[in-house]
Amino acid sequence: MELYELGIKQAQEGLAKGEFTCEDITKSVIARYHERNAEIGAYLTFDEEQALALARANPKAVPIAVKDLINVAGQPCTCASKILKGYVSPYDATVIRNMKAAGFIPAGRVNMDEFAMGSSTENSGLGVTRNPYDLSRVPGGSSGGSAAAVGGNMCIAALGTDTGGSIRQPASFCNCVGVKPSYGRVSRYGVTAFASSLDQVGPMAKSVEDAAILLKALAGHDEMDGTTPKDPVPDYAASLAGASMKGVRIGIAKEYFDVKGMDPEVKRITDEAVRKCEAAGAELVEVSLPHTEYAMAVYYIIAPAEASANLARFDGVRYGHRSDAAKDVFSLYTKSRAEGFGPEVKRRIIMGTYVLSSGYYDAYYGRAQKVRTLIKRDFDAAFEKCDALLTPCAPTPAFRIGELQDPLTMYLNDLFTIPSSLAGVCASSVPAGFTNDTKLPVGVQFICGGFEEEKLLRISRAFEEIG
Amino acid sequence: MKIDVAYVAELARLELTDEEKSVFQPQLENIVKYVEKISEVDVEGVEPMMHGRPLVNAFREDVVRPSLDREAALSNAPARVGDEFLLPKIVEGAES
Repeated sequence: MELYELGIKQAQEGLAKGEFTCEDITKSVIARYHERNAEIGAYLTFDEEQALALARANPKAVPIAVKDLINVAGQPCTCASKILKGYVSPYDATVIRNMKAAGFIPAGRVNMDEFAMGSSTENSGLGVTRNPYDLSRVPGGSSGGSAAAVGGNMCIAALGTDTGGSIRQPASFCNCVGVKPSYGRVSRYGVTAFASSLDQVGPMAKSVEDAAILLKALAGHDEMDGTTPKDPVPDYAASLAGASMKGVRIGIAKEYFDVKGMDPEVKRITDEAVRKCEAAGAELVEVSLPHTEYAMAVYYIIAPAEASANLARFDGVRYGHRSDAAKDVFSLYTKSRAEGFGPEVKRRIIMGTYVLSSGYYDAYYGRAQKVRTLIKRDFDAAFEKCDALLTPCAPTPAFRIGELQDPLTMYLNDLFTIPSSLAGVCASSVPAGFTNDTKLPVGVQFICGGFEEEKLLRISRAFEEIG
Repeated sequence: MKIDVAYVAELARLELTDEEKSVFQPQLENIVKYVEKISEVDVEGVEPMMHGRPLVNAFREDVVRPSLDREAALSNAPARVGDEFLLPKIVEGAES
């Protein structure tokens, strides 16, 4: 077995026993990067010297691939956008500081949809990433580089971010475990903002246990992010001991099963997952989340609105691309942004600006926030009857590169992950099987209430054993 | 719903080519038509949800402490002069 094939738990055990060092693992990951990256394109850049220097300074640490919108001092942070080409972070994000303190080092920058806007990584302004299970297909997105690196055994584990499904959908496409923490569980300081009321950093890993170990390292209060409460962070990995489906109330919501356009193989695999849970002792509970059908519409108002405000910082003044054609302050803004942003980012900025503009605010943004409350209440009511919801993660397995051309069709891929993002609760994607014909991985999603990561991970772990 | 894409792009400080305008126009109208679905929902008396989690003010002690070093803050500047960011002339009629 090569060291790059290890998960976090196995790596930590080997490091503790002195079987190998962090430098050995990092060298193995770098060799694998050279072997596979030309084909898969999971990484945008890999500063080998810096990774090896960090590995030598931290011989018992585990290297982790980092999505290219999380700041690591001295490394590029492009958000896969031409507007940030050449940018070098002057500081570490809180998640990076936390991770280093817990025995991890950052190693390599992985690809994504530009500014995390997309579901296939095809919106990257800097490179193509392919699904390691079928190179003609997308890895999902926006954390597609993270998922391809984990699924293709090009890293031990990776950091992703999730705004409307960007950890869970690519995890499903690339056969990894992904966890979107509850809003506020993990600090966003130093993570380039897309939609501030939704963004969360989370682990993408080879097992639920690995995801639990990494989440513990990331999570916690940060005085640099006022949305992180002081709730203690449980030892998620330790609480996996004895995880079982016995007596777990699994909620099945018809809104997630009777859906037009759902791939029959995804339907089959999800139905089988439900049966396996029941056979393992779970109690199935029918629940209803009646506002689910409005979640996509709410999200595509709120997320672009917040993005249009967040991305106003790219003005060609202090960092990022500045147009050579800028003659005055207006053209400095308009031309620098026109040259730097890709088409999907432009579309969302325009959409967001439109829904926030004078005369439209109440009808769109204001109303969407109220419907968001109703979506949140649906989850609150469901969790009175069940411990977790089990749903499909995405309506299809990985699609072909170039297959989805229309933006709205692409958006619909996040149908099952968006409602829980809006509600601010936690959710995971866990591998559930492969399609019969195309042999593509398919994950299922578990959703638990806010700050119930311990329960979510125990249920995910129990499913991993029977799935 | 007809969107004045050129006007909204100007509000967003984004220069669009004619081709971009003609591609975005139907796409954006399609998206807006889709999101208008929320007008069906009865939201009478419903409080807006502003954030992923109910928020209270998060205060910290007001103490002076080191912030980002000046050189580090300027390290990604597209253009600089001394300790400042260099910009094109922004005041009409002033000497540059």
